[in-house]
Parts: sequence; structure tokens; C-alpha cells
Amino acid sequence: MNPATGPAAGIGTAVGTTAATAPALWDLVTGEVARGRRFAGLMATQREDRLLLSVHLADRRGITTFETFLPLGAASYPALTPVLGAAFWYEREIHDLFGIIPDGHPRLEPLILPLLGDDAPRPRPGAAGRAAAAIWPDEHSVPRHVMGSGLFTIPHGPVRSGVMESIEYLVETPGEEIPHLNMRVFYKHRGIEKRFEQLTAADGVLLAERTEGVASVAHALAYCHAVEQIAGVQVPWRGALVRVLHAELERLAAHLDVAVRLADAAGLAVATARFGLHKERVLRLVSRLCGSRFGRGVVVPGGVSRLPLVAASEFLAEVGRMESSISGDTRALMGTASFLDRLRRTGPLRPERAREHGALGPVGKASGFSDDARRVRPYDAYPALGLGDAHEHDGGDALARLRLRWEEVGQSFHLLRQAADELAEAGDSPLRASCEVRAGRAVGWAEAPQGEILYDLRVEDGCITRCRPRSASFHNLVLFHEVFAGDILTDFPFIEASFGLSVAGVAL
Amino acid sequence: MSPWVLRGLRDGVVTTRWPARPDAYADGWRGPAVIRDPRPAGAAELASVCPTGAIGTRADGALRLDQGRCILCGRCVDRRPDVFGWSSGAAAGALTESGLVVPEMPETDGSVAAIRAALAARTAALRRSVHLRHVDAGSDGAEEQEIMALLNPVYDIHRLGFFFTASPRHSDVLLVTGAGAHGMAEPLRRTYAGMPDPKIVIAVGTDAASGGLLGGSKGGAGPEQASDGRAAAPDGGRPGTSSAGAMSQGGSYATSGGVGSVLPVDVWVPGSPPPPFSILHGLLLGLGRMPRGQQPAEARR
Repeated sequence: MNPATGPAAGIGTAVGTTAATAPALWDLVTGEVARGRRFAGLMATQREDRLLLSVHLADRRGITTFETFLPLGAASYPALTPVLGAAFWYEREIHDLFGIIPDGHPRLEPLILPLLGDDAPRPRPGAAGRAAAAIWPDEHSVPRHVMGSGLFTIPHGPVRSGVMESIEYLVETPGEEIPHLNMRVFYKHRGIEKRFEQLTAADGVLLAERTEGVASVAHALAYCHAVEQIAGVQVPWRGALVRVLHAELERLAAHLDVAVRLADAAGLAVATARFGLHKERVLRLVSRLCGSRFGRGVVVPGGVSRLPLVAASEFLAEVGRMESSISGDTRALMGTASFLDRLRRTGPLRPERAREHGALGPVGKASGFSDDARRVRPYDAYPALGLGDAHEHDGGDALARLRLRWEEVGQSFHLLRQAADELAEAGDSPLRASCEVRAGRAVGWAEAPQGEILYDLRVEDGCITRCRPRSASFHNLVLFHEVFAGDILTDFPFIEASFGLSVAGVAL
Repeated sequence: MSPWVLRGLRDGVVTTRWPARPDAYADGWRGPAVIRDPRPAGAAELASVCPTGAIGTRADGALRLDQGRCILCGRCVDRRPDVFGWSSGAAAGALTESGLVVPEMPETDGSVAAIRAALAARTAALRRSVHLRHVDAGSDGAEEQEIMALLNPVYDIHRLGFFFTASPRHSDVLLVTGAGAHGMAEPLRRTYAGMPDPKIVIAVGTDAASGGLLGGSKGGAGPEQASDGRAAAPDGGRPGTSSAGAMSQGGSYATSGGVGSVLPVDVWVPGSPPPPFSILHGLLLGLGRMPRGQQPAEARR
């Protein structure tokens, strides 16, 4: 096997054109999007006394960054959202973090930070030093958007029934249908971006692993890919294989968790127990490989920290047992009519909206839009491993999302077997390359179970001066605004589970 | 016939009998770091190895390690395997914050016994049917997964009389995860206030116990600590910035450095995240239901 690892030749990050003004940048970006590039994110960075706006665009060549500096002392800039709807939450986030106003933004409400006064101190990622002052929320502002007689708002959260992450859904309803939904995610904002700025490039991976727990490995990978690009380091073949093992096990656990939640929502007690058991077996296998049930501590800049602690033959036998028992239960679940009835036509995302927004991961794929980083911008050992056929559906409902996940589960088993076989034959090559970084900037990516994760990383003097993780959860959760048309309150848990997102990745 | 009847019987009984019987997975669990040699050569430099400032030195120069800050990254074990190692077994929780500091301080023995007795008196009414409420105060999402795992057939905490409930009014135990995000402080306090007495609070995970990597409220591993204060002062690692004032303030602009500053915590369960067995151990420890053979963390060390 040819040990071609790291991003395949010609794939990487590049800083594209730097525009003179924000409107010029937006013209550039909308032109590129019209030519087929995917809008992957918008962020701001405090660079001394000016604000730098950066847009990430994805295509087969990698992630290209287009940037502009705002004029000194600017209190506002013309918003991108009116011409590119996918920037909706990104501009709200920038407003929260920096206090700058995107002029013409349709709904500039607090998103990841609570409502703050115009002159309140903001965290300002990229600015030297710690955030000026502690931020405490004012709980008394409740946005309302649908007006009419008999309409009321059901606040659902932040403390919700069941063991859930904290988020508040404000359901505006005449009683049963859900014409509109608002989301407030600031409750669990943790100041992750500022925290990165106090770490060295080597320590940053620890925080990346704890940014979104259900995608610990994928966050670590995206972060390390950024570090490795700056350092110009290629991950050794064995390290790349171990990374794939852990990334695919993480995907299995996440997809099984979605099945548990859906079965639980439908009241299928045995199915809930069965898929809970399968998920537990996956987590136990991960902990036997590395000591952590979430694969933490494995991925490090330059490669991986250690080999799996389980022999290849034993690993393959366990994976085989899992696959056969999971596929049996999956067939039973997908043949249970009362379950399928709850998913069919529930929470539909129209294919044209998925494409327009660039919906990531299973949510996008189930609506006919796929941009799987493992396939399009492959990294680590993926270029050398067979991913099988691409899976796409265009149903766009909760059922299509579940079907898509089962196909990805089969694909993950396929990848696990290939990676374990290759690893057994790989001999004694090193697990990690030396990876020292002093200064530089790069964008790293990885395909999490929820979709693509981006890390825009800037390192100066060995320390991180800006790190912006963009999770698939952040990019996809805004689509909740779109998918409730015609659905009623009891569909809510199905729709939420079928998205399979984590709030931790949204409210960094 | 529904396929689920037979499928449910497929694997026989998969449920653990822990804590009544030992469980290989619980006993073989790799827990937070411990100190093998409290007086090694070069002890002074070892504090800076830890990214969360869990390692410090006592007044007498001996090393100490606060497991409540340990995120199990293994930096210390990798650097000095002769000095640091891993604890074994999932019984990592303690009834006091200082109970998580290893090696154990002799003078805390009496106070732990007093705390244990007070807690036992308070929870005497909570016996065979105990209702749990969980609140996320800024977790990374992994702790929720591990709490949910308690309901799968392997742990099946219903067998021990534990049930999750939606309403704080019906709950006896509050499981809190996360570093104490400011946005959740008030909802958390209101949830606690809504619970009837007697009630106990369990901080689940290193983030909940100390803030973990997000910055802690505690000044490193105890008052005499000699750590470089990097994690305790969340801006200390950045060259050219002043850490003045950070130690007293604690946490960050968005978090409180653990939930201990928001609520009175009864049980501290370290781990990043703690496995289901550790959470279950914390529950039984808080209710005084750990069997005698399975000693709690303080006595084990």
C-alpha cells in the first residue's frame, strides 16, 4: 500500500484574495458560491485595533479563505446575510462576540451570548489578554415573531425534561402546530475561543477534544490538521490508520445514539435497550483501545500518541460480532411500521434549501446535498482506503436521515476492517512525526459524525492567538427554523434526534 | 408477532451486578492520575507539566495532585512514569473537594467522617426509590452521554431504585455537569430551589468539579500549591498579559470554574468524562449505599 497520508497532493488551505471593503468581499464570495464553491463559514478576528472578516469557501481543492479588514473604528458593516442566507447565524455570532453591527441583517438577536448593552465589553477573540469582564445574562428578553390571536410561546428549556444539553427552544404555536421556532443557545456559552488563546499549539488539542464531546476525535483531527499544515508535517502511515479507526468508531457511537433517541421517542422499549447496548459495546471497545470511552488523548499534532491496546485479530472479531448484531436489530427497526410512521415526512428539509445552505453531514446528505470531507477533501488514511459508494437521499425527512445513517454505519464497519488490516501489515513505522510550530495560520478540517468541522488556527510565537472551531452542529442547527412546517409538538423529539447535533458545538 | 420480543432475549442478561458483585470493567477502569513517588528529584518543575494546574507541592515539599482538576490527559504520566501513574477502578468520587487530592492528607480523616455522618443523617429518608434530575451547566456534551448510558441494559440503574424525573419537584438528587456557565447559574439555582428536602447535589465530571481545562476557581492543588498558576489564571499562558486579579476572580468571562460556587455540592466525581460506573459510584456514595467491601475513594488511597 502506498503510504500516502495527510491531505492528498494539491489539497490544502489558501488565503485567497483580500478584498478592500466588505461589499467587495461579499461580491467576491457570492460570485464564488454561484460558481459552485460552498459557503463554509464566516468569522471575525480582532487584529490589534482593526477587525478582520474571513469567509471560508470549500471545494475539491480545499478550503479557501477570503478576507477584508474593516476600517479603523467601524461600528458597523454592510451585512452578508441579505445576499447569502447561510451567513445568518455567523453574523449574529460576530455581533455577539465583537459588538459590531451587520447593517441590514434581518434579525440581529443575541445568539451565543446573552443580550448585552451597546457599550458592554465583548470577548473579542484575537485581541490580546483575557476577556474584559464576566458576562451574566439578562433573562428577561423573549423574542416573538409570529403575531396573531391565540398564538403563544412555549419556552422549552434551558432545563429540559430528560438528560439533555442546555438550550432553549421558544416554540410559537396556536396550540398544536409549530409555525415558528426560536433558539437561544447562549445558556451554555463557555468562552472556548478565548480559552484557546491561552494555550500553546501542543496543548490546544486537549481543548479541541473538549469542545464538543460527542465529536472529540473529529475536533482533535481538524485541529491537528491545521497545526500540521502550519508545520508542513506529514502524518506517518500508521498514525493515519489509527486516526481513521477512532474517527469511524466515533461515528458508530454517534449514529447508534441517534437510533437510541429515536426509538426512545417512539416508545420502543426493547429497541431502545438494544441500541443502547450496541452503543455501550462501541464505547467499551474504544476504551479498551485507548483508555478513554471518547477516544481522547489519541490524536496529537503529528500523528497519534499510541497504538490501539487491542490486537488486530481480536479487534476484527469484535467488530464482526458488532456488525452482525447491529444489522439484525437495524432490520427489525426499519421494519417496525409504528416507528417508521413517526419518521416519514417528519421534519422535512427541502433539497434546494439544503443546497443553498450547504447543509453538512447526514442532514445534508439526506436532502440530496453531500460534501463529505472524507471523500472530497480526503485526509489521513482516507485517500488510500475505499469508502464505497456515495450515499444520498432526497427524501429530506427524519426517515431519510436515519436511512442515511445506517448506510454510513455499514461504511464505517467497512473502513474499520480495512484500517485494522492495513495496520496489522504496516510493520514498525513511526506513529507520529515531530510537529513543532512557531508561527503561521491554516484551516484544518475533518468529517465528524455530524458533518464537517473546520478549525481556523493562527499561531504566533508557539502560542495560539486565534482559534475558531466551526462545528457541523453550529452550521446545521439554524436549519431547525426550516423543518417544522406542518409538524406538531409531538414530532419535536423525532426532529431533534434526527439532526443528531450537540449544543456544546454551537455555544462555544 | 413483533420481532422485538425475541430480539430482547437475544443476548441473555447483560446487566452488571455491581456493586453487589465485582465488575471487571469497573475494576479495570483507568481513573485519574495518582502520585507514586511524592518526593522525586526535580519536583519543583513537575507542576508545570499539568495543563490544568492539578499538580502542586505541599508545605513540606511533597508532591500532591488534585484529581478534581485532572482531565486524564496523561501529560504527567508520559513525562515521569516513575512519579505519576493512573488510579485503577471506577470508584473515583469523594464527599469533599479535598478528598480528591492525593496522596491523602491525614488531618482530613476526622472531617470526612463528620461530613459522611452529616450526609447520612440528611439522606436517611432517601432509600430504595430515588429520583434524579440532571442539569447541564456548560458541559462538552460527553457527560450527558455517560449519564444517559446509566439507563442502558448494562447498567440499568432502575434495578437499584434510581429513576430520572423531568420535574425538580419530584427529584431527590441533582446531577450537575459542566464548568458552571454563567448563563446556567440562575436556571441551576432555581432548579435546586425547586427540589424538596432532603436533596443532594453531585458534580459530575472534572469540569463540574473544578472547571477543568476551562479555568478553575480553586488555586491549583491547595493553598500551598506551587503550580505556575496557568490554569488557575486563565490568561497566564499568554505572553505579555497580566494575570493579576485572575486568581481571585476564577473561571473565565463565561464560566465559574466548576459548579461548587453556584450550589452546595455533596459528591465530587472527577473524570473527563467520568464513565457510567463512576457516576453510579457517586450516587451510591452520596446515599451511603456503597457496600462495605467497596470502599470509597478517601479510604482506598
